[in-house]
Amino acid sequence: MNTEANTLFDVPGPRGRRRIRIATALSLVAIGALALLAVHRFADHGMLAADQWRMFAQWPTIRFLLVGVQATVVVTAVAAAIAFPLGALVALARLSRSRYLHWPARAYVEIFRAIPILLLLYVFLFGLPRLGLTLPTFWQLVVPIVASNSAVIAEICRAGILALDRGQSEAAYSLGMTYRRAMHLVVIPQAVRKVTPTLVGQLVRLLKDSTLGYVVSYIELLHQAQVLGEYYHIVLPAYLVVAAVYVAINMALSRLAHRLENGTGLRVRRTRKTSDTARARLISPFLRRTR
Amino acid sequence: MNAIIDHSGQLAHGLFLTLAMTICGFACALALGVLLAVLLISPVVPMRTLASVYVAVFRNIPLLVWLVLFVFGLPEIGLLYSLLTTVTVAMALYWAAFICEVIRSGVRTVPPGQIEAARALGFRFIQILRHLVLPQATRSMVQPLGNIFIALTLNTSLAAAVGVRELTGEAQVFTIRYDIPIPIFAVTTAIYVLMTLTGGLVTGRLERKLAINR
Repeated sequence: MNTEANTLFDVPGPRGRRRIRIATALSLVAIGALALLAVHRFADHGMLAADQWRMFAQWPTIRFLLVGVQATVVVTAVAAAIAFPLGALVALARLSRSRYLHWPARAYVEIFRAIPILLLLYVFLFGLPRLGLTLPTFWQLVVPIVASNSAVIAEICRAGILALDRGQSEAAYSLGMTYRRAMHLVVIPQAVRKVTPTLVGQLVRLLKDSTLGYVVSYIELLHQAQVLGEYYHIVLPAYLVVAAVYVAINMALSRLAHRLENGTGLRVRRTRKTSDTARARLISPFLRRTR
Repeated sequence: MNAIIDHSGQLAHGLFLTLAMTICGFACALALGVLLAVLLISPVVPMRTLASVYVAVFRNIPLLVWLVLFVFGLPEIGLLYSLLTTVTVAMALYWAAFICEVIRSGVRTVPPGQIEAARALGFRFIQILRHLVLPQATRSMVQPLGNIFIALTLNTSLAAAVGVRELTGEAQVFTIRYDIPIPIFAVTTAIYVLMTLTGGLVTGRLERKLAINR
C-alpha cells in the first residue's frame, strides 16, 4: 500500500477489507467495460483491421518516423544547448546589483514568460517575413522555443540560488570573498545540485514544445505523423503511434531526472566526506591574512 | 493601428474564446484532477493503477499531440463534436493529470504525525479530511494551482494550431489579412501579459488570505 493510504486510513478491519474487496471487483468490472467499449468503437469503424496498422511494421514507415524522432531530438538538443546557458546568464543578471543588468533581465523574463510560444512562433512565421526577415524553418522553430524556455529556466535558476541558505553566502563574505568569488565557489555549485532535477523536467517541456514543428512544417515527429496519416488515410493510428513514442521518450527523460536526483545527492555526500582537507586549503589563505 | 480599432469586435471575440476555453478547461480539469487524486490515494488497487497510468500517459504526451489526436483522429471512430468542445475537453484531460499531481503533493505536505494524532483522538476519516488535511493542503496547493492556471491560459493558444480562432488565431488572421504584423502582435502580447499578471495577482491574494498569521 502506498504511503498516503497508510497515513490517511487506519489499517482496515474485517468489514473494511470486505468493502475494499467489493470496490476492487466493481472497479475491475468498470475498467473492463470501458476497455470493451473502446475496442468496440475501434472495431466498428474498422480501426482494428490489419491494413490500418500493417504500415507500422514496414521499414520505410519506421524509417520515416525515425527521421521525425531524430529531428525532434536535434531541435530539443539545439534549443536546450542555447536556452540553458542563456537562462542561467539571465538569472545571474537578474540577481546582479547593477541596475543596467537587473532591469533588462527582469523585463526579458516577465515578457517571454507571459507570451504563448505559438504567438512567438507566428511572429517569426508570419510577422517578420512581412518586414523582410525570413529565417530558415529550423530557426523559426528553435528561436521561439529558446526565448520562451530560457525565461522559465532563468526563473528556476534564480529560485535555486535564492533558496540557498543565506548563511552560506554570508559566511563566504565574512571570509573576505568577493561577490564573484562567493557566487563561483559557494553559491552556484550548491544551487546547481538543487535545481538539476527541475531542469531535466524543463527538458521534457522543451521536447513537448518541439511539436510546434507541426505548425511550421518542420520534419519533426508530429509533422511526420500528420504527413503519414494523411497520405495513407491512417490518421488515428499514426497519431496514436506517435503519442506512444512521445510517452517512451519522455518517460526515459523523467527516469534520467530521478537518477540525477539520486546521483547528485550522492555526490554531495561524498564531497562532504572528503572536503575537510579541501575546505582547509580553501580557507587557509584567508586565515593567514587575518592572523 | 486603425485596422485594429476597426476590427476590435473580431479581436474581442478571439479574447472571449480564449477566456471561455481557459475557464471551462480549468474548471473541468480541477474536477477531474480532484477525482484522480482521490482514486490515487484510495486503498482500491485497480483504481490506483488506473489513476497513475492516466497521469503518466497524459503528462508525457505533448498537448499539441492531444489536440490533433482529438480534433483529427477521433472523428475517424465516429466521435465528432464541435471544435471548441473538443479542444476544451482535450485541454481539461491534459491538465487534470498535472492538477492531480499538485493535489497529491499538497496532501503529502500534511505531516503524518498529525493524522495519526487525530486518529488517536478518535477523529473519523471525514473529520480528519475536513478539519486537518484539507485546510493545510489547500494552503500549499494555491501557488502551484495558480501556476497551472497561468500555463493553461497561455496554452489555450495552441488551439489556434488546430483552427480555433481565439486570440492567437486572430493575431495570425490580422497579420495576413490586414498586413499589420507588429501592432497586432504587440496588442495580443499586452493582452496575454495582462491575463497572466491578473492570474498571478489573484493567486498571491488568495495565498495571503489563506495564510495563517503567526
